[in-house]
Amino acid sequence: MSDSSVLRTIDAIWRIESAKLIAGLARMVRDVGLAEDLAQDALVIALERWPATGIPDNPGAWLMTTAKRRAIDLLRRNKLRDQKYEEFGRGSDLYTENDMDLTMDGEVGDDLLRLIFTTCHPVLSQEARVALTLRLLGGLTTDEIAHAFLVAESTIAQRIVRAKRTLSAKRVDFEVPVGEELQDRLSTVLEVIYLMFNEGYSATSGGSWIRPLLCQEALRLGRILAEIAPAEPEVHGLVALMEIQSSRFKTRVNASGEPILLMDQNRALWDQLLIRRGLAALERARRLGRPLGPYALQAAISACHAQARLASETDWARIAALYEALSRVMPSPIVELNRAVAIAMAFGPAFGLQIVDELASEPSLKDYHLLPSVRGDFLVKLDRIDEARGEFERAASLTRNVRERELLLKRAAECSNQ
Amino acid sequence: MRFMMIVKGTKDSEAGTMPSQELLEAMLRYNEELAKAGVLLAADGLHASSQGIRISYPEPGGKPKVMDGPFTEAKEIIAGYTLIEVKSREEAIEWAMRMPDPHGYGEGQIELRQIIDATDLTQNPDTLAMEASIREQIERRKT
Repeated sequence: MSDSSVLRTIDAIWRIESAKLIAGLARMVRDVGLAEDLAQDALVIALERWPATGIPDNPGAWLMTTAKRRAIDLLRRNKLRDQKYEEFGRGSDLYTENDMDLTMDGEVGDDLLRLIFTTCHPVLSQEARVALTLRLLGGLTTDEIAHAFLVAESTIAQRIVRAKRTLSAKRVDFEVPVGEELQDRLSTVLEVIYLMFNEGYSATSGGSWIRPLLCQEALRLGRILAEIAPAEPEVHGLVALMEIQSSRFKTRVNASGEPILLMDQNRALWDQLLIRRGLAALERARRLGRPLGPYALQAAISACHAQARLASETDWARIAALYEALSRVMPSPIVELNRAVAIAMAFGPAFGLQIVDELASEPSLKDYHLLPSVRGDFLVKLDRIDEARGEFERAASLTRNVRERELLLKRAAECSNQ
Repeated sequence: MRFMMIVKGTKDSEAGTMPSQELLEAMLRYNEELAKAGVLLAADGLHASSQGIRISYPEPGGKPKVMDGPFTEAKEIIAGYTLIEVKSREEAIEWAMRMPDPHGYGEGQIELRQIIDATDLTQNPDTLAMEASIREQIERRKT
């Protein structure tokens, strides 16, 4: 193997092993930042040695053994509290290959779960949670994270350093929360993953509409979580939602980068493998027998679209019912607005208009351009063209997106011509 | 990027001999490992080629010829596949190296092939335009 191909192989091994490595070390040293440093040290040693010695048969075990030796050295040097040292020494028979196989089953999963609950801890800001999770669980470099978020590498590096310091200063336990706390903390974890996914799926800024790396990472984290926390229906719900949304990844934009609406997308290009995986994940959520949560319900809505071979075959009545269920578990005017659209598609624009009119007094939607835009759409269908024009103009004045404004003004002009 | 790990057939797989319990368990563990790493998309084993059908086009522009299995040359036959999603070619190789030897007896062979990204095929404006018009026709016929 040439040197550069060894380096690329080490990079791949790091991608596969780093999260398990950091998670295992963090359980021993009870400090995520220190665990990452130790893992990095092991990586540096591997980078020095492997090009000469070749890659060991079990590189994961090799890295773990090396990192543990560093940990022991470090603990001795620092003369940490006797008790902690003793405790650590007891569990530290250096890893053999058997150990590594042994821990592949239950224990590694538990460590990874502890790690994700720590990197998504509520003491951290949302931004810090995302960056730290990508770094420690995704094994991404700060440079890759910075690229994905279109910010300077130093910004991400600082964010990560500060996050690790906060975890250490606040003495955050490296544990999976239990009892009532579990559900709250789990929603924080799911929120971080979904935020990551959305950031990639519909970039809020910057030139490219889609930033695939973030979507892929979010999906991978979701899939991992589904394996290590299989009893949580919302985990499967989120995975289902991301799988199905990803199936439309390639049809979301046209050749010039403009977004294509769901109803106008080429369904033949939807990724059937991901749709099937999404439906299977949704089924796993359902089979757990608890009422569906917000992610699973959104996935079920997404699944309705995925299962309609033609846009005209969409089961809008079912979608309307699912939005109603969603508005019960996650009441929100935006969900209501979506329900209004589904109702209008299923039963006629007059019924949709009724719901939208009830939303008109909702303060949080006062400046939301989609409310007048949707209302305008219903009015056109009801042949109330003059009123519709007013709504499109109002919607155009509220949106900050240039393309969207052009589209809305065009619709307003069409009303004038009739 | 997606890769397909293709397990090639052997005399045993073609004879329909089931793999040993030990190998089955090792494969199961391996698939679990792939799933836990979030890289597994799909994995399946295939029946022997004696149950397969081959469709060929011996004459250019002519009718297809249907032929029942079995087919000769075990090494050219696929016994199973695993589909993974990874970040690099090296990661795919690393995972493939961790797959248990699928057959033993010196016959095991795994081939790694990258899946072509659908966008590579669909970025051509002519193809896109043609597709759009076909779709329009289908929708119109429907309504």
